[in-house]
Amino acid sequence: MAEKYVGQRIKRNEDPRLLTGRALFVDDVELHGMLHAAFLRSDYAHARLVSVDVSAARNRPGVVAVYTAEDLGDLWKPGPLLVPAPHSVENVVFHQRTQVPLAKDKVRYVGEAIAVVFAESRYIAEDALADIWVDYEPLEPVVDMERALDADAPLIHEDLDSNLCAHLAQEKGDYQAAREQADLIVSRRFLVDRGAAGAMENRGVVADWDEKAQHLTVWDTTQAPIPIRNGLAGMLGLSAHQVRVVAPFVGGGFGPKIMMFLSEEVLVPWGSMQFKRPVKWIEDRQENFLATTQERGQVHDAEMALTSDGRILGVRDVFIHDTGAYDPYGMTIPLNTQSHAMGAYDVPNYYTEVKVAFTNKMIVTPVRGAGRPQGIFVAERLLDIAAKELGIDRVGIRRRNLIPPEKFPYNHEIIDQAFAPLVLDSGNYRLALDQAVKRIGYEEFIKDEQPRLRAEGKRVGLGIVVFIETTGIGPYEGARITVETSGKISVATGVGTQGQGHFTSFAQIVADQLGVDVRDVHLVTGDTAEFHWGTGTFASRGAVVAANAIHAAAVAVRAKTLKLASKVLETPEEELELRDGEVRVADIPRQSIGLGELAVLANPLRGAVEPGTEPGLEATDYFGPQYGATANGAQAMIVEVDPETMMIEIKRHVVVEDCGTVLNPLIVEGQVHGGVALGIGNSYYEKLVYDENGQLLNASLADYLIPSATEVPRMEVGHEVTPSPLNPLGSKGAGEAGAIPVPALFAQAIEDALADYDLEVLETPLSPNRLFELLQGKEKAE
Amino acid sequence: MSDLYEVSVTVNGTVYQRSVEPRLLLSDFLRHELGLTGTHVGCEHGVCGACTVLFDGEPVRSCLMFAVQANGHQVSTVEGLGTMEELHPLQQAFWEAHAVQCGFCTPGVLMTLLPFLEENPTPSEEEIREAISGNLCRCTGYQHIVDAVLLAAEKMPSQGDC
Amino acid sequence: MKPAPFDYYAPDTIHEALAHLARHGYDAKPLAGGQSLVPVMNFRLAQPSVLVDLNNVSELFFIRPDGDAGLRIGAMTRQAQVEHDALVAERAPLLQDAMPKVAFPQVRSRGTYGGSIAHADPSAELPAVSVALNGRFRLRSQSGERWVPAEEFFVALFTTALEPDELLVEIALPAMPPRSGWSFMEVSRRHHDFAMAGVAAVVALDGKDLCQQARLVFFSVGDGPMYARQAEETLVGQAPTPEAIRAAAEMAATADIDPGSDIHASAEFRRHLARVLAGRALEEAFGRASDANNK
Repeated sequence: MAEKYVGQRIKRNEDPRLLTGRALFVDDVELHGMLHAAFLRSDYAHARLVSVDVSAARNRPGVVAVYTAEDLGDLWKPGPLLVPAPHSVENVVFHQRTQVPLAKDKVRYVGEAIAVVFAESRYIAEDALADIWVDYEPLEPVVDMERALDADAPLIHEDLDSNLCAHLAQEKGDYQAAREQADLIVSRRFLVDRGAAGAMENRGVVADWDEKAQHLTVWDTTQAPIPIRNGLAGMLGLSAHQVRVVAPFVGGGFGPKIMMFLSEEVLVPWGSMQFKRPVKWIEDRQENFLATTQERGQVHDAEMALTSDGRILGVRDVFIHDTGAYDPYGMTIPLNTQSHAMGAYDVPNYYTEVKVAFTNKMIVTPVRGAGRPQGIFVAERLLDIAAKELGIDRVGIRRRNLIPPEKFPYNHEIIDQAFAPLVLDSGNYRLALDQAVKRIGYEEFIKDEQPRLRAEGKRVGLGIVVFIETTGIGPYEGARITVETSGKISVATGVGTQGQGHFTSFAQIVADQLGVDVRDVHLVTGDTAEFHWGTGTFASRGAVVAANAIHAAAVAVRAKTLKLASKVLETPEEELELRDGEVRVADIPRQSIGLGELAVLANPLRGAVEPGTEPGLEATDYFGPQYGATANGAQAMIVEVDPETMMIEIKRHVVVEDCGTVLNPLIVEGQVHGGVALGIGNSYYEKLVYDENGQLLNASLADYLIPSATEVPRMEVGHEVTPSPLNPLGSKGAGEAGAIPVPALFAQAIEDALADYDLEVLETPLSPNRLFELLQGKEKAE
Repeated sequence: MSDLYEVSVTVNGTVYQRSVEPRLLLSDFLRHELGLTGTHVGCEHGVCGACTVLFDGEPVRSCLMFAVQANGHQVSTVEGLGTMEELHPLQQAFWEAHAVQCGFCTPGVLMTLLPFLEENPTPSEEEIREAISGNLCRCTGYQHIVDAVLLAAEKMPSQGDC
Repeated sequence: MKPAPFDYYAPDTIHEALAHLARHGYDAKPLAGGQSLVPVMNFRLAQPSVLVDLNNVSELFFIRPDGDAGLRIGAMTRQAQVEHDALVAERAPLLQDAMPKVAFPQVRSRGTYGGSIAHADPSAELPAVSVALNGRFRLRSQSGERWVPAEEFFVALFTTALEPDELLVEIALPAMPPRSGWSFMEVSRRHHDFAMAGVAAVVALDGKDLCQQARLVFFSVGDGPMYARQAEETLVGQAPTPEAIRAAAEMAATADIDPGSDIHASAEFRRHLARVLAGRALEEAFGRASDANNK
């Protein structure tokens, strides 16, 4: 191995399995005698459950059991609070109301599970759902988050005195004082609506209780197998060693698959223990829309105070966050919003206040971006509006306010999802902006191309925005690395994988340390039988936290290997090198020993070893960052709008990404592409439409519009690299970055394209219909 | 339950005989009766394209057909393409171009593209996007898929008819 | 999302198929391509107790010439086949233009022309195209057969002239008029979604270059295909000037259609789109007509 693998465009180790249909996904698990579960879900957003009659369903041939909340005994209790409120803030209000396995007494959203059927096939289980008779007493639904906070709003949780779930105000500097000194104050109301994560694979759980072994195996589409194992053991009265949770190949996560212990994840394993038979539940797409968590709904009243030359003096953002019917994920999303509404800018004074509202809608937990797109939308939109009012160029006002490189680490002071003041670890934000300006040809477009195209009657516009993304938060991950006697390397880590290429990027790190071919590193992720400790894949942390744990373990194995090889080869360690699967004496390549042979020697079958010797060439290590890293970037877009049909075409899309050290550019670019595609969805296509009764009107992929290949443009991706000082690899994470700035970018580009309408885009997603209304409003106003 | 029907379906060249309920979807038949789990199911209403298979050589949604309808017909699934040791050139191009992330949509995309590339051996980017417009992918933003098809189109003529 | 149980018949002939329909009446549903029916069965929004599968009825699959310049298309002819058929391209270019807009490639390889007609989705392209082309549908039952003009076939939302024991077996598309032009346009959210509004237009010019016919048929703006008769009246006998086209488009959008609102488009936006599309489609169609050779 001549070159290092880290940083190379290595094609992925896992792909042959995926490409040939040989990779195991949860629904591929077939076990003898398996039962199938189906859930009866509420038709009402808010209603009292008068009675649930399951007797006919129980009598249907092929049905093994039907349960309601009454039948669950001690199992029935609210689910765990997965993320507590930020205890580090004094004035935080938080009312914990977590979801229950089956609704009892009342239902709080359409899709909430009321009963579960276990049957010989999914077909029969669905037949039986139609046999269940529920007597509802409808209550007034609370759908709108602002309405939810009205004093006379019906109570969703009747033991509370309002629908206020949480309240948190934070301040940096003194916004009010800054406001008084400002030359310009722009204030607007911004709306961000709900969308779905839309992983192509729906959720699923297969559980197999082995009565003789007293052992439960669960295959789960989770992003967090280890916490699922720990939680299930607790709920089911088992030791953690009696439970194995496997997250095999998972068909996309994007956030909701880290929401833990919704009904299905509890009742399917429990059912398997009841019947002593395997049980499978595979969510269908309709359930995915109704009963998988969602995100993004917020209403912001925000303002920005500036000097006449466009320097930001302060930002004030008061907003409502819709958490849906329950709040198992604490305040993660609004905390991310609070920590991103200053954008990438040096904002000396900031006041942010959030009220979190319960509503009669599906639970809200992070979806790729997780509160950050909302914050960036507010920051970037306010800056665009200010630039217009001040007559300053969009790029100019951004350059003026970006946090300068010499100010890192930059203390943003606001408590974020890690419950500590957000510190931006490193970066040179101007580089990304400059590169985006250059790649999109900003000056030429504004000066020549746009006027020329406008003269031809074309409405073309450009957008350019900058953003940050907090990534790689703790607490920690771990890994165990073993040199096997075959000379190949096995790596086990606790995080799950949903397409991020961990089998490859992690292998690259190990291959570099141990001098082996990257294809000889075999990685196991997401199997609790292989690794005991960890949290999960979320918050763009895999390439930061897990990767650095793997790096640490690889360094330790390398040290062990060299130590043993030094003895065997009778050569000082400094003179040894690891190459091509061997340890060699650097100057005498023929004097060498294979890693496999060393592994054998490290685990002798007879004889004595020195006291204190650990067997095997193996090491386990952990990594927990002091605080999270922060990636940054800039994106630019050129769009053409047909103002008669409201059809838009994205002509160009440029992304410049700084995620610190890039482990594998191919994978990072793929992450960026996918993120941008979601961002485009969040800008013009994807909106979960609830009616006034809390019914989701577009619970299908025909009506919920995930962009297809004909809507997503070709993207041009550039990199800047400012390594994070917080971890040895210098990585920052890239999973969510693509999605975060796109709504802000799109809004600016549309405004620019329709400059003659003097439009202000204050909401996302837009749609052709909404754009039509906005333009009509403009025409009527004139 | 309605009566069971005897069906004989040729999948990837192998004849399978089973008794099925008429309502059994072809996608479920392939996955759970025959164990050919490479064909994935993402929506069961014909939009996502993950379950695309070739039915008598034509790309179809296997979630919108009943297994009984396949009686006497030929079905091709991703398992009938290349093997892990010897990938089909299209699969190889997907590998090279990083056209796979979570891999859930991939089999359906491959099966859609196979007849497309036979009919259009040198497609433009626009034609490729049109061809896969009935296959949703949430991971890749489609770009590397398009790149993979362009790459495959370059390579495939010299590979002969695979 | 698994369908409810049903009994299944797969006849080989129209004769047998009609016998099944006669026996089961309203309980039975003919199964054509299944691209609309099976999704609603999977959602359990439709639970027919009997399916009569037409996919083995080989006499329903054909495209053949009719007279000098007309077409006969068997009801089970796959949409993909229509899309790529040379005779269709020559004789019904409007139909060929519309085909790629019908859903996705994988849907068209299974979906059928007749299935789309009988399903009568108000957002579907093929009913509107059939009306614009002045098509006729051949319906058969055990008691005989009848031809119904496309204009009269679509009765209401998802409702047609078909009786429960009747089967749509064939579509006849007459020759395009001399000196005619066509246009097909739609505006949809994603490229392959059902349109928020769409229009199929067939116009013809007389010897003095005046409008002789202007069949504008809209979809997604009413309970079925909407033939804009009043718009046509404003144009017939007129020169197709931009002003005349604008007036006709205005008439179409205000008087001839009856759009509703849904989550994708309000009635007002649909009217607006219909107006825009009518103008653009008429312009394109008249352009083609004036370029066309006198036949």
